[in-house]
Parts: sequence; structure tokens; C-alpha cells
Amino acid sequence: MKTSIFLGTVAAATLMAGAGMADTLADVKARGELNCGVNTGLVGFAAPDANGNWTGFDVDFCKAVAAAVLGDATKVKYVPTTGQTRFTALSSGEVDLLARNSTWTFSRDTDLKLDFIGVNYYDGQGFMVRKDLGVTSAKELDGATVCIQTGTTTELNLADYFKANNMAYQPVNIDSNAEGEQQYMAGACDAYTTDASGLAATRAAFADPENHIILPEIISKEPLGPAVRHGDNNWGDIVRWTLYALIAAEEYGVTSANIGELTTSSQNPEVQRLLGVTDDLGAMIGLDKEWAKRAIMARGNYGEIFAANIGEQTPIGLARGLNAQWTQGGLMYAMPFR
Amino acid sequence: MTDMSAPGNPPFRPSMLIYDRRYRSMTFQVIVFILVMALAWWLVNNTIRNLAALGKDFNFGFLWQRAGYDIPQTPIPYTSDDTHFRAAMVGLLNTLIVSILGCIAATFVGIIAGVARLSNNWLIARLMTVYVEAFRNVPLLLWILIVFAIFTEVMPPPNAFRGDDPAASMILFDHVALTNRYTAIPTLAMTNDPGSLDLGARITISWATIAFVVVLIGGWIVRRMIGAWAQRVQDQTGSRPTTWWMSLAVMTVPSLLLIWFFGLHFEAPELRGFNFAGGLNVQNGLVALWLALTLYTGAFIAEIVRAGILAVSRGQSEAAFALGLRPGRTMNLVILPQALRVIIPPLISQYLNLTKNSSLAIAVGYMDIKGTLGGTTLNQTGRELEAILLMMGVYLVLSLIISAGMNIFNSRVKLKER
Repeated sequence: MKTSIFLGTVAAATLMAGAGMADTLADVKARGELNCGVNTGLVGFAAPDANGNWTGFDVDFCKAVAAAVLGDATKVKYVPTTGQTRFTALSSGEVDLLARNSTWTFSRDTDLKLDFIGVNYYDGQGFMVRKDLGVTSAKELDGATVCIQTGTTTELNLADYFKANNMAYQPVNIDSNAEGEQQYMAGACDAYTTDASGLAATRAAFADPENHIILPEIISKEPLGPAVRHGDNNWGDIVRWTLYALIAAEEYGVTSANIGELTTSSQNPEVQRLLGVTDDLGAMIGLDKEWAKRAIMARGNYGEIFAANIGEQTPIGLARGLNAQWTQGGLMYAMPFR
Repeated sequence: MTDMSAPGNPPFRPSMLIYDRRYRSMTFQVIVFILVMALAWWLVNNTIRNLAALGKDFNFGFLWQRAGYDIPQTPIPYTSDDTHFRAAMVGLLNTLIVSILGCIAATFVGIIAGVARLSNNWLIARLMTVYVEAFRNVPLLLWILIVFAIFTEVMPPPNAFRGDDPAASMILFDHVALTNRYTAIPTLAMTNDPGSLDLGARITISWATIAFVVVLIGGWIVRRMIGAWAQRVQDQTGSRPTTWWMSLAVMTVPSLLLIWFFGLHFEAPELRGFNFAGGLNVQNGLVALWLALTLYTGAFIAEIVRAGILAVSRGQSEAAFALGLRPGRTMNLVILPQALRVIIPPLISQYLNLTKNSSLAIAVGYMDIKGTLGGTTLNQTGRELEAILLMMGVYLVLSLIISAGMNIFNSRVKLKER
């Protein structure tokens, strides 16, 4: 009898714990800190600098969300996750938000119970080889040894690509980008494959970037986006619209430099709504009026974040390409703030 | 007649469950059993509830989905179109390969190092002490990474073997190439291939292999019969016939005939395109893991062997010498059989350790069951609980099998008390 009461209590507590987990916004506010899952170290996207401060494209998105929710872009705890641990970290509640160049796929969105809230970088898988190998196309890689990060979608794309082109290859499975870099540099593999942005970032860290080329073939679609847990729609909305706020800010020319001035002077109703001058959009997602303004002020709009971390002026030197605004021929398109 | 309570058998009262020694032990066992089962039920129920809260179910259906990834070393035919189950099987076989190779090599290394550490030669004994202490006291993962790093950084890449004046050359009469990716060794090829036996599920065994196994087992049986015959003759006449040439012939001649019949020969690897082809490319991951596991476990086995030999009292060898036995026979007939009784039980746990330690394989990209089922499959399907439970089951079964086998061996060498 006592046992069943005890077990009943435990079961009820378990259920309540499960229910408690569903309100991520309240949890984050109570904690006063956003737990953000990031890459263990990919220069340009998320990597600690010499002083141990995290910087990068994904890190800046974490900062924007923290600024929107908590009002302070520094209130972020960065949790480094590998390709293997990232989704478990999210679904177990260890992180509130996963901003770790992860590809949006059907099975991850449905079977893994994640919610990808949008795309912050349209990427594709490519190959990097040494120039002196004399290879100019991925179609010439028949019989090559290819280094590949295990547990990623790139592993599946690689198998599909070589099968579709009737070529053979020898995979070398590696655990992290750093290990892949080392194996590739030592010549233990002829080619290194991952997302083209990742290749560019990796190459930028080499001592001799000019001796390596990224082959022109892009063998897959890799839409990279931040993800949250399935089931907490309000939290998903907050993260989604923070991303849209950054993208919309670029579209309307709102930058971290002129945002203060535009708040008072802009006559564009969309900008006024975005910056909380007229309508109170923030109240609809449980935040205050100026949430989007703070998100943009944290690290700038989408274009500023791109340029500062991975743009053409940085060692990584990625062109905007598909990631330009829709008005510039790209795919970045924020839904209307209304 | 109808009185059921015989003298000295008082009627049962509940308090007897505690105070009567006949019932007390049973009472406590029942209570403990109920508590343990309740705890187990709570754990399982908690897991199911939490999975339900996350919207996840518990099923093993993912094992029959297409795996979609490739594996570098496949003992059975495998492509990316096969199922996750087959990928797990490939991983399991890779685990078995490195474990069996490791156990055999570690035993040799351990026996040699253990005996050498007792050597009267000061230098050899000290060298072995350094080996044992160095390998026992540094974590295995570091040894694996060091050995792998040496292979990757020191060995030349395959394209160094190219050209008229190559930077690197093959060894052993152009038969073996050490590269920073793999060791290319020759394969056995047959000019007179008898075909293969199909075991189903695309697993085949060459008839030639079966023939060799049959011939070797047959040779071994005949050799034992020769030994028994020699013993009989010795018992009857007092002189033992010379049998070594018969044993040698029985063991080698049929095999040589088979080699001639099948036209067995080595096929050397040669550089084609990016890599060596034609031979067998043994991944550096396997070699590094094997070497590190062997040297690490070998250090522990050396200490076990040393302890076993020291456990045999000195009087035993002195008595054997007094009977006129030579040192070699003393070791084989007197010391080792007694030392084995001490050596075998801890040796079992070293074999178990080696098998379980092989799960560090992913550090060097060797796809064992942790790399396939617990690595890529787990990641692509997101079935953490199922994959981890399956892996635990697999390692448990493997360990129990090793343990059972070694226990049978132990019961044969242990002290027979009559």
C-alpha cells in the first residue's frame, strides 16, 4: 500500500516535471540565462577566441535571442555540442536552443521531435582537395579516400553521391572538425567533405589556404537553421521571430548604428511595428515592446552579423549567394511583422 | 488422528515470520525481492512516461530501415543500401575481429614480458618493468591516439609511392606498403577457384577455406592417434617409437597438396589511382587499436603471469631439478601447470576488459559496434535508448561467452581434489 502511494507520488512528480519543461520562456527567465547549444569549434560560426569568448555567426544569433528575452546579450551559456550529442542535448533540456549549423531534414523535424524555426544559412555539401592532386571536379574522385564527420547528414549525401555516379570511395570516419582537419593535413585522406561554408572556415584556418581548392560541385541542399524542442510553440515563436526580426531589419535598412535614430524618425509603418513604436507585437509572444529592437541592437541585423563573421571581408570570405535578401536575388525572406 | 499440530510444531502465527528462525530468512528475502522489483518497475515506468512526454515511442523498427552510410571495413558484404541491422552486424564483426586479435597478441606479449620480468638478466628485467609501468599507468585512450598519430604523421601517403623515383617504397619484396591510411598487404588468390558456399544473407564461405579447416582438424586427430599409438608401444615394449616426422607429415602434406591443387598464391597490392588496390588494405585504425589494446592489456597480463609463477613455491622447482629434469621441462611440466591455476581467473577479466575497451575504437575512426549502431545509426535515427540498450546487450552477451569459455578452460587446469 505504502509502496503504491510512493510510486504514485513519483509518477505524478515525473509528469509535472515533464509539464514544467514545456514552458521554456519561464525557465529561461527564471534562470536569467539562455542555454545555447553551439559547435565545439568552427571558426566563423561558433568558436571561442583567444580569451575564451565565444564568437561567430551562430553565437551572434544566441546573443540576439538572449537580448530579446532577457534584455542582455551577454546572458548566454554556450554549450559546445558535437555532431553526435547535439540533438540529445536539445531534447533532454540541456539547451534551450540549438544554433549549431544543423541541417533541417524531414526526419529530424518529425521523428527526432525537433522544430527547426527557419533557415539562417543556405548551404550545400562540397569537397576540398589539395591543389597538387590535380583534381578539378568531384567526378574525378573515383577510388579516393574521403574524410567525413560521422553522425552528420553529409555522411549520407556522400554515400548517395558516389553511388549515383557509380564511383567507389574509402570513407575515413572522424569525430570532429578538428580531427578531420588534422587527418586531411597529414594526407590521410585525399578529400575532406562537409558543408561548403564549413570547408571555407576550415581552409581559412590553414597555414597555406592557397594550396587547397574547394571543388565546384555542391552535392546536396543543406539548409542550416536553429532548432528548438517540439511541443513548446510559444518558445518556438520567439526564436523564429527573432530570426525574422534580424532578416527584416536588413531588408528595411535598420542597422545597429541607426536603430536609435530610426525609432524616432522612421515613417515606415513596418519598421515602426518592428521596433515597437506603434503596435505591441511583443505582448503576443510574452515579451515586451522592444524585444526586436534589443535583438537587432545586440549584434546588428542579419547582414551585419553575416559580414562580421563569415562575409567577404573576413578570412572565411563567403559571398552572400543564396543568403542574400530576396530583393537582391537571394532566399532570405522575413514574414511580415503585422 | 485429526490433530494436525504434532508435538513441537506450534500453530502458525504471523509473528513467527520475524521471530522464528525457520521463516525469518524467507521473510527478508521476499521483502527484498519485492523492493527490488518495485525499483525496477519504477525505473521502467519512469522511462516510458518521460519518453511519452517527449512524444517518443520505444521500438526497434529502425533496424530494418535503409542505413544509407558506408563503412570502411566490411567483413561481410555491405553497401549503403543495406539495413541498420546489417550495419550493426558489420560493427559487431569488427568488434570481434579486434578483440580476438587483441586477446591473442596480448597473451603472447604478457607471457613474454611476465617471464622476462623475472629474468636474472638485470637489463631485461628492468626494461620489462619500465614497459609494464608505462603502459599500466597511462590511460588507454591516450595510447590509442598516440599510436594512431604516429601512423598518420610518420608514414608516407599512398601517392608518395608513385613515379619513377618515388619518395617511399614497398617493403618485403614489393609486397607490403605502409601508408598513413592503411597497410596494404597481399591477398591470397586462387587460380583454381572452387567457388563458395552460400550461407544466405549474402554471406559466403569459400570451399577452399572449408577444405583447409577440414584437413587441419583431420590432421590434428590423426596426430593424436599417432601419439596414443606411440604411448601404447612405449607401455608394452618400454621404448617409444620416433613419431615427429609422422606428425609433421600429417600436419603439412595434405595442406601443401591443397595449396598446389587450388593454385594458391599471393597477389601483391599495386597503386591504382588514389589508392592501393588488388591487395588487402588493413586500416590504420584497426592496426593502431590492435597495437594499443595489445600493449596495454599485455602489461596487465605480464603482472598476472609474474604473480602466477611466483606463487609456485621454490621447493617445487628445486625438487624437479633434484629429480634430474631440465629447466625447460621443469617449466612445462611442473611450474606452468601450477601457475596456470593462479593465472587463469584474473586472465578472464583481462580478456573481458580488452573486449569492452575496444569500444574506444571510434577515436581512431574504426567502425566497431559503437561506431555503427551506437554512432552513425543512433545519430541518423535518433533512437538513443534502443541503440544503447542493444549495445549493452551485445557487450553483455560477448562478455558472458568469453567468461563461459574461459571458465571451462579454468575447470580443466584447476586443482583436482580427490
